[in-house]
Order: sequence, then C-alpha cells, then structure tokens
Amino acid sequence: MSYEGSFRVWRGDDDAGGLVDYQVEVNDGEVVLDVIHRLQATQAPDLAVRWNCKAGKCGSCSAEVNGRPRLLCMTRMSTFSPDEVVTVTPLRTFPVLRDLVTDVSFNYEKAREIPAFEPPKGVAPGDYRMAQVDVGRSQEFRKCIECFLCQDVCHVIRDHEQNKPAFAGPRFFIRIAELDMHPLDTREGRAEAAQDEHGLGLCNITKCCTEVCPEGIKITDNGIIPMKERVVDRKYDPLVWLGSKIFRRQT
Amino acid sequence: MSDVERHAYDCLVIGAGGAGLRAAIEARERGLRTAIICKSLFGKAHTVMAEGGIAASMGNVNSRDSWEVHFRDTMRGGKFLNNPRMAELHAKEAPQRVWELETYGALFDRTPDGRISQRNFGGHEYPRLAHVGDRTGLELIRTLQQKIVSLQQADGRESGDLDARLRVFAEVTVTDLLTEEGRISGAFAYYRESGRFVVFEAPAVILATGGICKSFKVTSNSWEYTGDGQALALRAGAALVNMEFVQFHPTGMVWPPSVKGILVTESVRGDGGVLRNSEGRRFMFDYVPDVFRGQYAESEDEADRWYEDPDNNKRPPELLPRDEVARAINSEVKEGRGTPHGGVFLDVSTRLPADEIVRRLPSMYHQFKELADVDITAEPMEVGPTCHYVMGGVEVDADTAATAVPGLFAAGEVAGGLHGSNRLGGNSLSDLLVFGKRAGDGAADYVSSLPQTRPQVRDEDVEHAAQTALAPFAAPTLGAFENPYTIHTELQQTMNDLVGIIRRESEMIEALQRLSKLEARERDVVVEGHRQFNPGWHLALDLRNMLLVSRCIAMAALERTESRGGHTREDHPDMDARWRDVNLVCRFDDKGEVVLQREMLPAIRPELLALFERSELTKYLTEDELSRLSPLDPEAGR
Repeated sequence: MSYEGSFRVWRGDDDAGGLVDYQVEVNDGEVVLDVIHRLQATQAPDLAVRWNCKAGKCGSCSAEVNGRPRLLCMTRMSTFSPDEVVTVTPLRTFPVLRDLVTDVSFNYEKAREIPAFEPPKGVAPGDYRMAQVDVGRSQEFRKCIECFLCQDVCHVIRDHEQNKPAFAGPRFFIRIAELDMHPLDTREGRAEAAQDEHGLGLCNITKCCTEVCPEGIKITDNGIIPMKERVVDRKYDPLVWLGSKIFRRQT
Repeated sequence: MSDVERHAYDCLVIGAGGAGLRAAIEARERGLRTAIICKSLFGKAHTVMAEGGIAASMGNVNSRDSWEVHFRDTMRGGKFLNNPRMAELHAKEAPQRVWELETYGALFDRTPDGRISQRNFGGHEYPRLAHVGDRTGLELIRTLQQKIVSLQQADGRESGDLDARLRVFAEVTVTDLLTEEGRISGAFAYYRESGRFVVFEAPAVILATGGICKSFKVTSNSWEYTGDGQALALRAGAALVNMEFVQFHPTGMVWPPSVKGILVTESVRGDGGVLRNSEGRRFMFDYVPDVFRGQYAESEDEADRWYEDPDNNKRPPELLPRDEVARAINSEVKEGRGTPHGGVFLDVSTRLPADEIVRRLPSMYHQFKELADVDITAEPMEVGPTCHYVMGGVEVDADTAATAVPGLFAAGEVAGGLHGSNRLGGNSLSDLLVFGKRAGDGAADYVSSLPQTRPQVRDEDVEHAAQTALAPFAAPTLGAFENPYTIHTELQQTMNDLVGIIRRESEMIEALQRLSKLEARERDVVVEGHRQFNPGWHLALDLRNMLLVSRCIAMAALERTESRGGHTREDHPDMDARWRDVNLVCRFDDKGEVVLQREMLPAIRPELLALFERSELTKYLTEDELSRLSPLDPEAGR
C-alpha cells in the first residue's frame, strides 16, 4: 500500500526557521526516517537530519514527531492515519544547528563531569568475579543508546535553560546509578555527588524520561528514586546526620 | 588556504568505532598527543550494531578451548586464505583484550561462577563469545568511550585541560590524507556541521574507518560505511588486499522493505534457532560442504542433542560459517522454497521458552516487534542474506598494523588479511581490540623513531584538497547536472545485481562498464544549498570513495576464477587449491588508475600447520605445499 502523506518539517538554523509543508509518498512498513530520506532524495537534497543505524541501536536520529520526542527510525508510519499531517521538529531542549539537527554537546560535557569507573586495586584482568544478579542492575542502565530523548523531554532543562549548568539530566543520573551499583567500582559517595554536584535534587519524579526511553529503561524507578532514597538516608536521617557531625573524619 | 583551521597532533585516528577508540587509548597511553576523528557523533559508530559477542578463547564455559583451537577455527572459516600471522596474534591476544575491558568498567553476562559467560557461534568449536545479551557492540563502544573520558579526566586533573592529550573531533569527515615525499604528514577534513575545512598535521595516521557495504543495496551497514579508509589509503599509495571477499550475512530482515537488510544476530542460531524453508524442512543438513563434513551433525536428533551435550554430539549445520549459510538460503529461495517475502524462516519460538528468548535476545525481540509486527517468541522470523562486512582491506603488517606508506596504519574492518575469504561471527570485535591496540603501538613506535623534523603539510596539497571538496558546488561546463542520490542508488543496484552473492564473469564485466559510466557522471554531480550540514554534499564526497572501492571489488572478483568464502563464482563453483596462497592486490599506478596484481600469501609456519590433521590440510593446501610438508616436518599433519 502506498499513499501521499502530508508532512510539516521544521527547516532553518539558529537564526530563523519555520515549518515547511511537503507531500511525500509513504509505503507499507515505513518509518518516519524513510520518508525524510525520500524527501532528501526527491525534493529537499539539503534537508539536514542526523541518523546512523536505522535500527534503533545507535540513538542518532532523535527528533520530535507531533511534539513527542522519538527516534525517527523507530516511529512507524502505520501509527498515523493516512490523512494525518505528521509534524517533524528538532529536539527542543538543545540549540538547532540546521533543520532537524541539534547541538547535543551539552550531553558530552555532562558525561565528562561524571567520575569514571574506578577498578578494584590488586585484582588482575581476568580475575574479576561478579554474579549475574549483581551485574544485571547496572546492565539495565548500560542498555542506554544515548539518544538523549530523556534529556530532551526533561522539563528541568526543557523549560528552564538556566538549570543546565547545575543539572546533569536523567541520562547521567542512570550513569551514576550504574557505577554506584557496579559490583566492583571502588569510588565512594556517588549518590551523594549526584545530589550535591549533578542536580539530582532538581528532579521531581514526573517520569517523563522513563516514558520516552526507547530502550524501556526504568530510569526513574530503578535509577533515580533509589539514589534519592540513599541520599535521604545519608543526608537527612537525623541519626546519621548526628553521627556524621560527631564522628566526622578529620581532614 | 593559510586561513584554514589547523591542529597539530602526534597521532590522528580516523574512525571512532572499536578499532579507532582502542588505538587511540593505546596511542595516548604510549604518550602520543592523539586526536580521534569521527564521522558521526562520539559513540555512534557502527560497532554499536554488533550483536552476538567478542570471540576470545578464555575457556570459561568449556575449558578445552585455547588459542590454538581459535586459530584453527579462524583459518577454517577463512578457507586458509587468512594472513596466518594475523590469525595467530588475534587468537593469542583476544582474551587479554576482553579482560582488559572489565578494568575499564564493562559488564559482560556472567557464568554461574561469576566469570564472563561465553556463547556458541557459527564456526567456533567451543562456546567462545563474550557477550551482553545481543547488544555486545553497544557495551564495547560505550566501555571504550568511557575509558577515553576517564583518560581525559586524568589529563584534566593534571593540566586543567581535558583535551590536552586526547581530543575527539565529532562529525568531521576526512577527505584526503596529506603526504610529503611519500610519508604521512596529516589529513584534510571538513566539519559536517559548518562545512568549514580543517587541517590536521600529524606524522602518524591510523585508519579505522570500517567497511564498504553502503555500495550495496541490501546491507546491514549504516551510511558511514562508504569505504573512506580504503580509498584514502589507495590514494596515499597503500595497497588493498582480498577486496573480492564481501560477507553476506545469512540473516538480515527481509520485510518490511524499509528495514530490508537490518541484521538478525547469529546468536539466534547459536542459542537454538533453526532455519526452515517454506516446506518446513531444516534445509541446512543438505548444504554441509565436503571440507566441513564430519564436523557437523547429520541428523536433527544429533543436532538437537548438541545443545545439551556438545562433547558427544556434533553441532547443527545452522552454525556453519556465514558464507555457507548465506549461499544455502540463496539457493532455497532461488529454487522456489522461500517465504512470502523472499527469505527463509528462522525459528526460535519453538526452541526456547518465551521469557528465555526475551532475556537472551532482547534487541531482536524488540526489533521485530517494533519494526515488523512479528513476535519472535510466538512465530518464526523471515530472513535472507544482507551485505554485512568486507574481509578485504588495506594491506598491513601483522605485528604493527603498518601499511606500505610510512606513518599510515590501519586496523579493524578497514584492514585486510585476518579473516581470509570469510570472517567468523565474533571475530570482528576481537579484531578491533587486538589490532586497534597494535596499531596504537605501531604508531607510537613509528613516531618515536622519527627525526626532529616531521613531514610537513604543503600548502599546495591543502589548496588542492579544498578545491576537490568544493567541486560539487560548481556546475559542470559540459554534460547534465547529476544528483548524488541518483548515482548512489544506481551504484547500489549495480553492485547488488552484478557483484553480489553469486557472481558470473559476464556480469562483472558489465559491472565494470557501468562503474566507468557512473564515475564519469560522478564528476558532474552538483549539490544544492550551502556547506552547513548539507547531506547532499556529504554524499557527493563519499560517492567517489564508494565508486573507487566498488571498482576494486569488481576487478578482484573478476580475476579470481574459483569460489572461496565470500566470493562465489557460478562459472567456477569449486575451491581451487592453486588460488589458496594468492592474494589479489589493488594499487594506484602513476596515472592514478587502479591496477590489480597477484601476490603470494605469507607462508603458514610449520608449527601452525601442525595444529591441523593432515587429512584436513589436503582439502586446502596446494600440492606444492603438501609435498613440502611431510618430508621436512614429520610433526605437521599428524
């Protein structure tokens, strides 16, 4: 089955831009990215879009379809009726470079602020022993394909540009959680650092990130909330607080 | 061109997949100031698509495994056309390279006693593939990416500058390598985002740009796989070897059309999945070739028992090397026993409980559910061959990854030799790590051997590279305006139809004629718009690499009059021992035309030959080699 679909695609750059209407052929089984590629090949050869694997594995083709953060390669055209106008716009939280391509360097800067894995001392390569049940928790977070849809949807930075310096975002909260739960990571205080240095406290658990995650990672329930609970235990439990005042390490 | 942005490094790594990142880590650890150039965003390279695992004979699941067995399997898989030294180094060093990833933070699936779990795969005698579900490539690339960040953090603590010794240039494409008196002096590139040019001055360049399959219509590869490294190497004076060997992965998706070619991991078969034709027959039993007879089960019962008791049963023929399985599927479909959408059935739903399928093959479950409305826990998949990998590539020294051009190194898919005529699944990720590291070491040794003055970047070369890159914006004086998308589509169709999985002399001659016409038209390509993130322009620049590499493939495929591994000639259907030690090598002549030459493959050392039974060697080696074997070395061919 094939039909002429109606599309509105945002064209422009950081100075100016707007939605442009296109009529494009749509075929059975196609995804939005197929249609964008057909636009490039037939009507708009310079239409900028970022993509790579076209199989939902690399997280490059993130954009917003009818206002919803999506991977273009995993958004089936069959989810729209043939007479529906499909609107494709760039990620709103990040600055536009051109058309559907945004500057996502914010995320790479945040990645460099998270202290790396600290391997156990004195354990030779090949001697690492971990139980599946223990690595499973971190493995869920390592499914992340870094599409940054969770970052895009998060209102803490989507609606409040000023929070960006202080807020790492859901992607990097689960990075911290992953390291915190890594059976052999030796760095102390990752959850506390999430609160003190990476803006965990700004998250008010609306779960939008979990909802848009194409990998189905339970970002809020399995990553953010357990960390918040640990922070509460350590920082706000009156007994622990008292203990930390009395037995504070002399530095 | 004096105003062009310039950076000076000790080492430039082109490509940010597994090989490039591992090379960059090594180069930086050896003290080189290193830049990594990636065509896409950092962490998106095609390595991310690898599913099944990393082959390394750690022996965690079957303690009989060893580097010798891995070496043997690799040589068999490649039908003895492998560079034997590369196959040896690869088999010996892969375990160390995998264990090292754990010290970077990788989390592989575990055995019950807490070690790295290993799974079965085609052509591997024992369970050998370290894996994370079916997303091993993602784990590999993320681990290396995060290791690079950790090195940058260390540099930041030391110097206040995170980029002091290791910097990533994302969304940058290299269009030319620069040389002075035949030695590498740097590279010319552009930022995809802005179209601005940038020159990197560096005495050592490591190519890690991956493969070429974007020249084919049905492929598992992403847009990045346009043969850039192979073309850059040729133009700089290096050689390409074995380019006729292109791997068609047996199981790609065949429906819907928009996902045709997307990979279905071999783990589906490694974990019990079976292939059936439209008549319900497990047809792979009919396709076990002579060289593998005796190593694979002959009945369904035995094949099924193998999953539980591999020591006393032979493995199912679904786990033959990929070239065999791809050809078998091709024949079944051609003979009218295909599925409604032109593939065969791959069924795991009747072999494993549903929850086990979702646990072991999560991304396959997801991929079929989301893209094809198929629930793989309840019904079979439809699959068919897809262009997946090129075994051939830049000719390198096995130990140092050095090419014939001083200062130029290559590792990973872009390099040739390790896999011979056919690569085993799982041997790619280990290749990236083993030879990525070796390339980093090779570059470090080379740079430290240089005198004080390094090869210089010449202004006229920069000027020329800039003009070449801008050519698509200028209208041709003669001829029609050509659209890069149209030429690309025609190239893909040509390679698919005429230099595909089954090849014939007349078709390849026609392919070369068509390629000449496409090359002429490519010079008249015109792109619209400006230089800022312009995909039409990017494709126009990639096209010249795709055309050049396609020519090498077609020339070598025409020349090799036998069938071996990833090269199947309908007019020469048998493997011919006289071709066993012949490499076909492409180079530029002094007019810049590709010439093809025959060269001898390095000899297999006696102690490596001794790892095989004589009866097996007689299936592969030339008579000359066999006659030298027995009297001189009684040990060989026990």
